[in-house]
Amino acid sequence: MFKRADGDSRRSVTIHVEGQAVAAREGDTVSAALLASGLDVRRATAVSGARRLPYCMMGVCFDCLVTIDGVGNRQGCLVPVAEGMQIEIQKGKREIGK
Amino acid sequence: MSAAPKRDQYDVVIIGAGPAGLAATADAAGAGLSTLLLDENAGPGGQVWRAINSTPVKEEALLGTDYWSGAEIAKAARDSGAEIIHRATVWSLDRNLEIGVSVGGGSAFIKARRVIIATGAQERPFPIPGWTLPGVMTAGAAQTMLKSSGLVPDCPTVIAGQGPLLWLLAAQILRLGGRIDRVLDTTPRANYMAALPHAFGFVTSPYFMKGLAMMREVRAKVPVTGGVTELAAAGNGKLDAVSYVTAGGKRETLSAELLLLHQGVVPNVNLAMAAGVEHRWNELQLCWTPVLDALGNSSIPGIAIAGDGAGIGGAQAAVWRGRAAAGSAIKASRSNAKVSDVSAQLRRAERGRAFLDTLFQPAKQFRIPQGDTIVCRCEEITAKDVLDSVAIGATGPNQLKAYRRTGMGPCQGRLCGLTVTELMAEARGKSPQEIGYYRLRAPVKPIMLSELANLPKTEEATKAVVRG
Repeated sequence: MFKRADGDSRRSVTIHVEGQAVAAREGDTVSAALLASGLDVRRATAVSGARRLPYCMMGVCFDCLVTIDGVGNRQGCLVPVAEGMQIEIQKGKREIGK
Repeated sequence: MSAAPKRDQYDVVIIGAGPAGLAATADAAGAGLSTLLLDENAGPGGQVWRAINSTPVKEEALLGTDYWSGAEIAKAARDSGAEIIHRATVWSLDRNLEIGVSVGGGSAFIKARRVIIATGAQERPFPIPGWTLPGVMTAGAAQTMLKSSGLVPDCPTVIAGQGPLLWLLAAQILRLGGRIDRVLDTTPRANYMAALPHAFGFVTSPYFMKGLAMMREVRAKVPVTGGVTELAAAGNGKLDAVSYVTAGGKRETLSAELLLLHQGVVPNVNLAMAAGVEHRWNELQLCWTPVLDALGNSSIPGIAIAGDGAGIGGAQAAVWRGRAAAGSAIKASRSNAKVSDVSAQLRRAERGRAFLDTLFQPAKQFRIPQGDTIVCRCEEITAKDVLDSVAIGATGPNQLKAYRRTGMGPCQGRLCGLTVTELMAEARGKSPQEIGYYRLRAPVKPIMLSELANLPKTEEATKAVVRG
């Protein structure tokens, strides 16, 4: 869907998406890294389970909700990636305790 | 991770580090006021100068000189002596100028003598059939990824809608080697005539030559279809195709994996409305704008609004509005301070706006959807659902919450509010001003209950709820 333009010299940062290592770049948000990964990172909505991807990428739409390091309902478009970050694609509502 | 605010009281607290917030911060702190700048993003710039300190797209011509003009103001804010906290979410502001802010998973309340809301704009909802499908995003979303991560589309891509940002984004994607298969321009043909009386102001504005050059740049590389009157996204679990109706009435379909939508920007009203700032329906810009005086002071003493949140005016106007609001705060704090009058600069920066607002006023069918088209993305409520609720007695957006939960999902009406107001106004034969908007309340962004529970409490407050 998206590719990285030439000349991007930022440091590589490894995150784990559903356990799979993904090379992101320093300064990527979680949502940008997920969209750049080429993986199927569609979440499922809490109401009908419909598949969604981020819509606005600026903190407004909440379609980027994702579980980051065990905490659900995070806005992936507002959180920068960090080395070793564990990402789970959220399917439906946030689970209690997550 | 950013730290919590260092003090519990400031002369001025500025919310949002875009053009208006950065300019206001530089001036206020430069004049010696204790100044706190709070911003939700990882770095300064807001949307228009997003990632100004960190973008991997270093070659100046790629993002353009308007983008790089932000570097100087961001530096001025950084060097001003202001306390600046990024990744800070302001979730509450009240008429006593008390601010609830969440930083790094913990919340605090701080007091301000003046508040400048510089929370800017968001893209207008574009509720067409299929707009919730994965692969349908806003043009601004693509631009965010381009600026902050150097990411560009490399799949079959359609850009649809209207307005200056649409052409800027298309030009930037092409410059960075990204793919665009088609631009579908939805500017209503009748708008060209309506905008003509305002053309003089526009051709003498700084936007005119730049706008023409950008459109030429895109048209040289991508087929453009003008006068599009209908638009729909289709696919099963993801976008497969975009269909549209041409000015001549012909329905056509394009294969696409990515559809980037844009029909202008509107003020981000949530924080200001929750604070109780009076807003009115703007008949030209078709959105809510706050009632402000010439310096940006709102209906609540001590709260000013600067930048696009004050009514869409663009980045240059935002800078001057930020300076005006800061000047007002400086004057309030030190009556003998010398503050320069920026009204002439502001007027110049706003020149040409009436033309843009008239030319790019979105068509009714792209603002007021019908049938099964989703209006509220969070609660998955369609236009028909809203109209059915009106038929059994829902009178306005706040009643509709009880009927269908519209506006009660995590986005708190940001992506459905304007649509619901206009849809209900039309169904009930009233004006949007009469129909009104959601009653917004804190927290204006979701926070953890544990953050509230962990806030420092006075002994009195604890006693009030403890039994025995």
